[in-house]
Amino acid sequence: MSKTRAITLGAGTLTAALVLAGCSGGSDSGSGDGEDVTLTLATVNNGQMKDMEQLKSQYETENPGVTVNFQVMEEADLRAAVTADVASQAGQYDIVTIGAYEAPQWGSNGWLVDLSEPLGSDADYDLDDILPPVRQALTVDDKLYAVPFYGESSILMYNKEVLDAEGITLSENPTWEEVSEAAAAVNTDDMAGICMRGKPGWGDLFAPLTTVIQTHGGNWYDEEWNATVDTPEWKEAVTFYKTMLDESGQPDPVSYSFNECLTAVKEDKAAMWADASVAASLLEAEDSPVAGKMGYAHMPVDETDESGWLWSWNLAIPETTQNQDAALDFVKWATSKEYQQLVGEELGWSLVPPGARTSTYSIPEYEEAAAAYAPITLDVISAVDPVQPGVNPQPWIGIQYVSIPEFQDVGNQCAQMIADYIADRSTVDEALQSCQAVAQKAGDAQKG
Amino acid sequence: MKTTGKDIALNIFTWFLVLVFFFPVFWMVINGFKPEAVASSVNPSVIFTPVLDGYQTAMERGIGGYMLNSLIAASLSTFIAVALAIPGAYALSLRRVKKVEGTLTFFISTRFMPLAAVILPIYIILKNVGLLDNVWVLGLLYGAINLPITVWMMRSFFDEVPFEIVEAARVDGAGLYREIVRIVLPLVLPGIAAAALISFIFAWNEYFFATILTSADARTAPPFLGSFVDGRGQFLSTLSAAATMAALPVVIAGWVAQKQLVRGLSMGAVK
Repeated sequence: MSKTRAITLGAGTLTAALVLAGCSGGSDSGSGDGEDVTLTLATVNNGQMKDMEQLKSQYETENPGVTVNFQVMEEADLRAAVTADVASQAGQYDIVTIGAYEAPQWGSNGWLVDLSEPLGSDADYDLDDILPPVRQALTVDDKLYAVPFYGESSILMYNKEVLDAEGITLSENPTWEEVSEAAAAVNTDDMAGICMRGKPGWGDLFAPLTTVIQTHGGNWYDEEWNATVDTPEWKEAVTFYKTMLDESGQPDPVSYSFNECLTAVKEDKAAMWADASVAASLLEAEDSPVAGKMGYAHMPVDETDESGWLWSWNLAIPETTQNQDAALDFVKWATSKEYQQLVGEELGWSLVPPGARTSTYSIPEYEEAAAAYAPITLDVISAVDPVQPGVNPQPWIGIQYVSIPEFQDVGNQCAQMIADYIADRSTVDEALQSCQAVAQKAGDAQKG
Repeated sequence: MKTTGKDIALNIFTWFLVLVFFFPVFWMVINGFKPEAVASSVNPSVIFTPVLDGYQTAMERGIGGYMLNSLIAASLSTFIAVALAIPGAYALSLRRVKKVEGTLTFFISTRFMPLAAVILPIYIILKNVGLLDNVWVLGLLYGAINLPITVWMMRSFFDEVPFEIVEAARVDGAGLYREIVRIVLPLVLPGIAAAALISFIFAWNEYFFATILTSADARTAPPFLGSFVDGRGQFLSTLSAAATMAALPVVIAGWVAQKQLVRGLSMGAVK
């Protein structure tokens, strides 16, 4: 054998050996009784999920032989990784964290375990305690495909001291007109009257903007899946949004989303902010410079009675898991009333996951710790209607999104077009016509 | 030699560029020592009381395990890429094989295809053979991805070797193995070091495959860093601390190999 051939053979053998050695890796995840079980949970990187990771040892102690392995990911990565896993039935994850956007779609596709019976038949779990609109958003054909771990709506937050100084008092259910006038009145060179999301993205700009459009009478589609983006209602809402930002919004709005507005309000760079209700807990945190100075109101409206969005992060079990019983047991524990008590006692009552259970808002310690924002959060989440959030009926369940697979792409493309308009790089008509074409294509796909 | 105004202007411009490129790294390092509220403030601050909270959080979240996976995948991929690129580039340069002369362009053209275009078939194949979430497979894939660029670089280094030296070795009776290992490789060692380091860095920083193809056991440092990006809170300090820790091995490797690297990267520069 020549030396060249020997080298080639050697390199090939080594590579094969390495690959085979790799084959023996991986975690054991037995499923039978008495065997050790390792559950792999894919989850999103937010405070509540990290708290769960911190407390999982309590569950592992109570359930010897069960190990829960957390894989924390950024939201977009989580979507990509979990979608690939669940859609291809790879079975890498035993429990997945999904949004209210995915739950009905994946449930309809048969990718998720129906949790209605196992959770509904457990009186201790008290499934009816889950907030009705949140439960409704996760249910298809009476089958519950995910359970909320944390939920939120959107509210208006304002610096009371700043508004009081101008003699402005906002009602609990303000209108957008009232809010834009207040924003203009308190707007100065050093402090924007209002901070609103402008960063392109279906989950960034379009979360608040869709609710503004809906309360102005518009929506993405009619009941026959015809796109309705090029309607006068959209034009009125989008023009209003931009005008308000131009007159009294933060500079360079298209670079602002949740975190940027949070910082602006905390540092007295913005007097008002309409965004996720969870923001209130961050504004009222001990280290927040504006704690105790903020006032809270329902999301402003125009033609509808409510205009808050509805979002929840939920735990679901893919059909492909080999550890369904163990996964179900952990999901029950993590979304139970007992878990909420555990969070309160171990980590602090203000950190109890909000927006999932009605009973959370009756825990005396939580009521005290979250007195500034808990009542309005419960009010708003209970009042929103994911079946018909706007003026007209719609063929999907959801408020600030359309529950179809194409919507992420449609929303991202249209958000870029609207952001161009906000940044004066195009006109409102150009933006809406381009968006209409994109939305119609996705609408046509639903008609078949 | 007299220093002219042009030299001074060039110096100033060079320093300006250095600062522009270095500033984000500097900012990342100091952000890692800031309290979270200071790190995410809209008013950037250079003077602050340093804390180690970010580093502590990154350690508690198990950054060590993710970095070990990165090290395994990057080392394996570098070994594969270099081991295969040496004979590959040799066949394209000093010992030309007629039938494969046109493959050089083909080699590099495989880099033109976006990774997103191949992720699905790779995912399905790995799923069917039960090799998802396997750090050795990740290393193998990175090796394959980096092979074309490594071959391309190696070829330019081999082209620099005076052919007379190779001829002399052949006249003296050296076989192919001795010709490569004893004669040519010592001459292009700095080039190999440069190609290996670049291959290592590419694999160390790879994000997309690592996010999709791994879950519990094989996850590497880049997706772990991504897990500190949150749309509902601010973890800039922790992210900066974790990123600083993840960047350290590459910086150290580059610093150790600095001398070889400079020689290697400048090898093909002068004709």
